[in-house]
Formats: sequence, structure tokens, C-alpha cells
Amino acid sequence: MAAPTLSRPAAPAKGRPAGRRRASRESFGRALRRNLTAHGFLIGAVLCFGLFSWYPMVREFILAFQKNEDGETVWAGWSNLSYIFNDPAFWQAWRNTFAFTGLALLLGFAVPFAVAIVLNEFRHGRAYLRVLVYLPVMLPPVASVLLFKYFYDPGYGLFNRVLETFGLPAQDWLQSSDTAMLSVVIAATWMNMGAATLIYLAALQGIPGELYEAAELDGAGLFRKIWHVTIPQTRLILSLMLLMQIIATMQVFVEPFLLTGGAGPENSTLTVVQLIYQYAFTFNNYGSAAALGVVLMLVLAVFSAVFVRLDRSSED
Amino acid sequence: MAESQRTLISPAVLARPRGKALYWGAFALVMVVFTLAFIGPLYWMATSGLKSSQEFAQTPPTLVPGEVRPENYSEAWSVLDLAQLLLNTCVYAFGALAFMLVFDVAAAYSLSKLRPVLGKAILGAMLATLMIPATVLVVPQYLTVLDVPLVERNLINSPWVIWLPAVTNAFNIFLLKRFFDSIPRELMDAAAMDGASPMRTLRSIVLPMSRPILGVVSIFAVVAVWKDFLWPMLTLPDPSKQTLNVGIYSLGASVPENQLIAALAIASVPTLVIFLVFQRNIMHGLTAGSLKG
Repeated sequence: MAAPTLSRPAAPAKGRPAGRRRASRESFGRALRRNLTAHGFLIGAVLCFGLFSWYPMVREFILAFQKNEDGETVWAGWSNLSYIFNDPAFWQAWRNTFAFTGLALLLGFAVPFAVAIVLNEFRHGRAYLRVLVYLPVMLPPVASVLLFKYFYDPGYGLFNRVLETFGLPAQDWLQSSDTAMLSVVIAATWMNMGAATLIYLAALQGIPGELYEAAELDGAGLFRKIWHVTIPQTRLILSLMLLMQIIATMQVFVEPFLLTGGAGPENSTLTVVQLIYQYAFTFNNYGSAAALGVVLMLVLAVFSAVFVRLDRSSED
Repeated sequence: MAESQRTLISPAVLARPRGKALYWGAFALVMVVFTLAFIGPLYWMATSGLKSSQEFAQTPPTLVPGEVRPENYSEAWSVLDLAQLLLNTCVYAFGALAFMLVFDVAAAYSLSKLRPVLGKAILGAMLATLMIPATVLVVPQYLTVLDVPLVERNLINSPWVIWLPAVTNAFNIFLLKRFFDSIPRELMDAAAMDGASPMRTLRSIVLPMSRPILGVVSIFAVVAVWKDFLWPMLTLPDPSKQTLNVGIYSLGASVPENQLIAALAIASVPTLVIFLVFQRNIMHGLTAGSLKG
């Protein structure tokens, strides 16, 4: 336990001069040997990153400006980009992706936080409840998604049974373009909320109890305590999780792909990544797929930059 | 710890009779709702796999299977060739784990303790990959494994296509490096003074001290391969080479529904067992990685 406190704070102050002294004392031969060993340890990971991360990253940008003509790869200029901008599915996919992200934030961001707040109040059964919420995260997505497919079935599905017992009208769920996206979001929330809930729970346990006591002395009720103590105290983790969740949900693929076969009724669950998949693996149009990928990457990058800027300015 | 902690609702309120009643009421409600919401689907899956086809399609559905047919499970096992799929998935998952551990631990150790020239730049380039949305890279990655540069091999349908990309997990390298950073320099220097080579130091000092973090990254690596869908679907099209997920998905339409659900139940068991056995490590790793990171 003493290790981090001993080595960490000392490093920036003393590390540099000590290193330099060692470097000047170190003979050329020894420095060379030290570096060869060090790079020897690195080589496996560097090769893998090079082949499967860095090279594809560069290639993505090159592909976006190339196309395939009679089996030969030629430069395409901006034609891939103009092709995707003129595809009506492009705008539909972006609308759906934003709708999905919005719904997923309403459910997938708020629900885990609310659940964490409730679980944190209990003095009993916490370990059991924590295991429960995390269970779906450990299920293979194919299993959980197909389960939901059966539950959503308008005929014999479990969900319409439940609605019926409460006297509510049956829904078409995945089969209607009005409710398909919402159905996908509900399934995705169930599948993924465990991790966020546990992270919030850990953050809530770090809030000093005196803050609540002080708020009570000021006469704050339950909701004012949440608003003035709980949320500000977990702000950092909340905004980090919000950003991560937006970036993850904008890339949603598996849930709509397995639930509705991708596009869904009247393209109502066609997302951007779904469209990338269609361009690349249905139409073998890698250029357009890469161009759309670059657009998605830029949108996410701009979004993250704006988010971090806003987050920082609201902090001051 | 739970008892001593002061949370949103004050202990004074909870001590009153009305507070007590509300607490136990809310507690009972949450226990029931959560059990239904999270165990319910698993129960439905396990029991639907035991029902006959007629009983499965029947409305309203039966809560307990009237006629228990465990042979659904054995039929699903042989029809979908689950033994082969399970074996494939194990080979992919544990191979990926082995490559990830060897290469990422070595890299993190080198970056943390051996400090080579350009080490910072290499770490930066690795961490930069975290900024690129993963799904955007699927297309160029797919084209790359069709014809890997340098070795000029097509990796489609070979286990390498799962194993090698599993190494490119910058988050694991980051977690490992940060852990290695906290091992005091003096220990390493003492080992070097005694004439230990870097490899010896890694084996007898760094690795034994790093068991907790190695456990966490290992569990997440295995589970990630087990759960992955899009990448294995694209790169392992040969039915005899597929993973459990992809195999069940692609053959799912051709078997009766009760058998399909039995197959899903079988496919869910390994990760659920991993979770129940290692839940402490998993939950610890989850919060350690995100809160302090």
C-alpha cells in the first residue's frame, strides 16, 4: 500500500535529473543493450497494433477516397462522399441513430443512476442485487437478444401478456415502425445497464455522509438532497459515463442487427453502423463504407470536443 | 461497512416505525421486481428449452413445463454441433488470452520499467486507438486480414484472426502499465544489482505482485471473445470454425424453437459460471478501471 505514495509523488521531482545522470554515466553499449531488450519486450504488441490497429486506421482514410473499377482500385476523389450524401438511407440512418442515442440516454443513462441510488439506500441484500443487475452483461448478446425477440412477439410474446394482465393495449413492438426503435432501446438497456449501475454505486459510496446531514439541517427534502448533494458529488463520473455512453450508443450495431435483421420495418431501426455494414458487406462498396466511417468518426470527435469544452466551462 | 455508511436517507428517519415500514416495503418491492426482471428471462430460457414444441407455442404460456423434455437439450447439442462450437470458442478465447497476456504484459513492463527510446510515443499511439470508434475500423480491419501486409497471408477462417487483434487492447496495456508503475523502483534496482535480467525481474518480482490486475484483465479478455459477434461473424464464415454465438445465430432458423432456446441456454452457461465464480474480481476491476482511470 505504501508503494504508490512512495514512488508516485517523487517521480516528477526527482525522476528527471536522476535519469539524466544515469544516462550520462551509462556507456553507449549498455544503453544500446537496455534499449534492445526494452524494444524486444515491446515488439509483439507493437506488431499487433501496427497490423490490426494503426494500419487499418490509416487505411480507413485512404479507402474513403478509393473505389473499385473492374477489379482495380482507383482514386475516387470525393465521389464516395457525394454518393453517401445523396443516399436517402444516409439521412434516415443519422435520424435513427440520434433517436436511438436520445432514447438510450433517457433510459440507459437515467435508469442505472436511479437504480444505483435506490440500491445504495438498502442495508440488506445488496450483494444479491448487484449480482442481479450485472447478470445480463455476462450473457452472450445472441442469447439475450433472441430472448427479447420472443418476449416482443405480438402473438405469444410475454410482454403483451403482461400488458394484458394490467389491462393495457397490446403493442406490435418490433413489427411497427413506431415502436421498433423503442423496443431495441429497452432490450439494449436491459443488456447493458449492469456495468453503469455498479460504477455509479461505487461513486455513491464515496460521498461523505456529513454532506447529507448538513443538507438536512438546512431543511432539504429527498429530491433537493439528490439535486444538491448526490449529483454534484458524482458529477465527474456522471459526465464521463455520459460521454462514453453517447459514443457507444452512436455505434450501436448488434442489438438492431439481431432484433430486426438490421433495418427493421420501413428502415426504422437502420443505424449508421448498420449502413456501413450494408455498404461494405452487402454491396461490397468498401469505399462508401469507409467514407461513412470517416463521417461517423468526425461527428463523434467534434461531439466529444464540444462536450469536453462545455463540461469544463460549467465546472468553473 | 454498509452499516456505518451514512446515505441519502437519515438513520433517524429509518428508525421511526413509518420509516421502517417504508424501507421494508420498498426493499421487498425491489427484490421482487429485480428478481423477475433479471432472473425471470433466464428462468424462461431454461424452462422453454425443456418444453415440447406445442407447449412452447401455447398461449397463455405455462409457468412450469407440463411435460419435461430434457432431450431438447441433447438434440440441440447434436443438431447444432454445440460440442464443436464450444471447443472453437474455447480455443479462440484462451488463445486470445494467452497472446494478450504475453504481449501486453511484456509491452506494459517495458514501457513502465525499461523505458526505451520512443516509449512515450509508442504508448501515446496505442492509447490513441481508444479514441477511434471500434466499429469504424471493422471494414479496414476486415480488408487487412484478407491479405495481411508483411506476411501476405489470408487469415480468414484461422484462429489468428481472433488471437492477434485481441492483443491490440490499449486499455489493458494502460491498466497494466499503471499497476507496474506503482511497484517501487528500489525493488527493481535491487534485483538488477543482484544480477537479475529484465526477464527474471519480470518473472520473480513484477508478475507475483501483479496477480490482482492480471486476474481482472484475463477475465475481461476471455469474456470479450466469448461475447463478440460482428468480428467472428465476418472473419470465420466456415460453419465448422464458428464461435458459439455466430454458429447458433446462423443455424438458428433451421431448428425448432424449443431446441434453439435450449442451445441458447447452453451457450449462456459458461459466461454465467465465470461471473458467479469471479464476481468479486469482475466488480472490483470494473470500478477500479473506471474510477481511478
